[in-house]
Amino acid sequence: MPLVVTLALRNLLHDRLRLAATLIGIVLSIVLVTVQMGLYLGFGRMVTVVIDHASADLWIMTRGGTSFEGPSVLEMKDRDSALATEGVERATPVVTGFADWRRPGGALTPVMIVGIDLNSPALQPWSIVEGRLESLMVTGAVGVDRAYSDRLGVSRIGEKAEIRQRPVSVALLTDGIRSFTTTPYVFMVVDDARAVTGLPPTKTSYLLLRLKPGANLESVRASLLEKIPQAEVLTSQQFAERSRNFWLFSTGAGAALFAGMLLGVIVGTVIVAQTLYASTKEHLNEFATLRAIGSSRSYMCKVIVCQAAVSAVIGFAIAALLALAVVWATAGSALPIIITPGILAALFVLTVVMCIGAGLAAIVRVMRVDPVVAFTR
Amino acid sequence: MSAALTSGPVIEAAGVVKTLGSGAGTVQALRGVDLALGSGELALLMGPSGSGKTTLLSILGCMLKPSAGTVTVGGQATEGLDAEALARLRRANIGFVFQSYHLFPTLTAAENVRLALDVRGHPGRAARAKASAALAEVGLAHKEKSFPRELSGGEQQRVAIARAIVGNPSAILTDEPTAALDGENGQAVMTILARLAKAGGRGVLAVTHDTRLLPFADRVIHIEDGRIRHRQASTPKEAEPRV
Repeated sequence: MPLVVTLALRNLLHDRLRLAATLIGIVLSIVLVTVQMGLYLGFGRMVTVVIDHASADLWIMTRGGTSFEGPSVLEMKDRDSALATEGVERATPVVTGFADWRRPGGALTPVMIVGIDLNSPALQPWSIVEGRLESLMVTGAVGVDRAYSDRLGVSRIGEKAEIRQRPVSVALLTDGIRSFTTTPYVFMVVDDARAVTGLPPTKTSYLLLRLKPGANLESVRASLLEKIPQAEVLTSQQFAERSRNFWLFSTGAGAALFAGMLLGVIVGTVIVAQTLYASTKEHLNEFATLRAIGSSRSYMCKVIVCQAAVSAVIGFAIAALLALAVVWATAGSALPIIITPGILAALFVLTVVMCIGAGLAAIVRVMRVDPVVAFTR
Repeated sequence: MSAALTSGPVIEAAGVVKTLGSGAGTVQALRGVDLALGSGELALLMGPSGSGKTTLLSILGCMLKPSAGTVTVGGQATEGLDAEALARLRRANIGFVFQSYHLFPTLTAAENVRLALDVRGHPGRAARAKASAALAEVGLAHKEKSFPRELSGGEQQRVAIARAIVGNPSAILTDEPTAALDGENGQAVMTILARLAKAGGRGVLAVTHDTRLLPFADRVIHIEDGRIRHRQASTPKEAEPRV
């Protein structure tokens, strides 16, 4: 081990109380940043959960559509235009809209209707835990997620409720189809969805397109835009990105999360800076001796940077374990925190940068140390 | 472990003036000092408190810049050099031994000595061997793994001497090297410094109040009110005390 690292490590371990304070600062900061980042990722996935589970190469929607939950109305004849476009294999209508769900007890709660074509694999409920997909064929049959059982007042197959005075019956239960808006998704066939959302049979919200093998996506899109100029044609990835941008940035939710992250970094930096500075002040005579015996400024910098880096590594290791525990604990909740290996790597870099940045005040102090101090003290 | 021989003085000061403070609080700490430290020589710098001893030592050690006059270290003039260049000059030419040892409490004796090589950019196995040799030279081969708190004052000062010589400097500057030691340890430390000067061909300048050290000196320089009052060759040494 290089001597400079040994010196840094021993200086840190010399005052264990201060080391503990440094590590607490780093851990608090990194756990806070991790949770905020994990929430951001969790929100991001929830925002696009339906888009991600759709089997579509292209989405046709009203120009300027903001997200899957946003308003979109197309003419059904646009479907014919789409099907007549070279390279399009399938065009499936999907109807969406908000409606009121009346619980068995009479209370109302808003729901997001998702009308699907059961004959097409374009979009179907997933993570089914009870009931069969075909059971939705029956008029008034709906599929809901059991995460919203309390909200909807139904928890078992066969239980009844009403949507816009129309009786519905739970035919399908899923697990994990949660909505970012917290408004429960209710799956039903397209015709029923039109009936409860008030959309005429000549209209649809979206058209989900599957292209023929080998078809050129860009040329198909160009042809579609030519035929349906009032619509917008996006790939699933583009639509997901637009939805994320809308919900996380246009609404301020993402800004709040980023503010939380920034706060975490600031808190961590301040705590680490304070403890590193205090430690450096305590060892100022040693730095003066180093300078007196001919040490360059960069060598003294190296000692502090090593101290900061060692603190970062230990602090990150503890923080990562805590963050993974939080991930595990929230995995089954309505708002899961998601952490990927990439996020962990980025957080490690952030921790090191934060700690070294926090060492700047100490470095500035050491740069000014007068070697004469070694003679006078 | 002998220093590179130089034909001229290892450190030379000519007409050095140092003014400290400003305005009404201005103090002229040095008022035109001329001094040359030759290789193989142990010189004592003596004088009352406030006479300018430590200021002169700091200037000769390239830690303070003189207000006027010139200082030459290892043949190189220090005038106009910035702090980094002065640090380079120190690590190339001068070893320091401080009154309070200034060892790093979290490092072992061997690591403390290696530190002087590490700052010179000499890490690794060769540095370990040199540090061991330096500790052996001051009679502490068996204390390599001891931390400063496990060593007596005399042993700590010997570690500090090992740290000063491991980089093979041509000069050793030391401030009150025996002030914190009892008589026996003080004698042992001075014996080592005298041997390093003679056998190692280094110039050793020690600031001291301790008249018991006179027998070790080749030359005694008296300073008072910032001026060298007189220089005298010391009386012949009666015996070389054992380490």
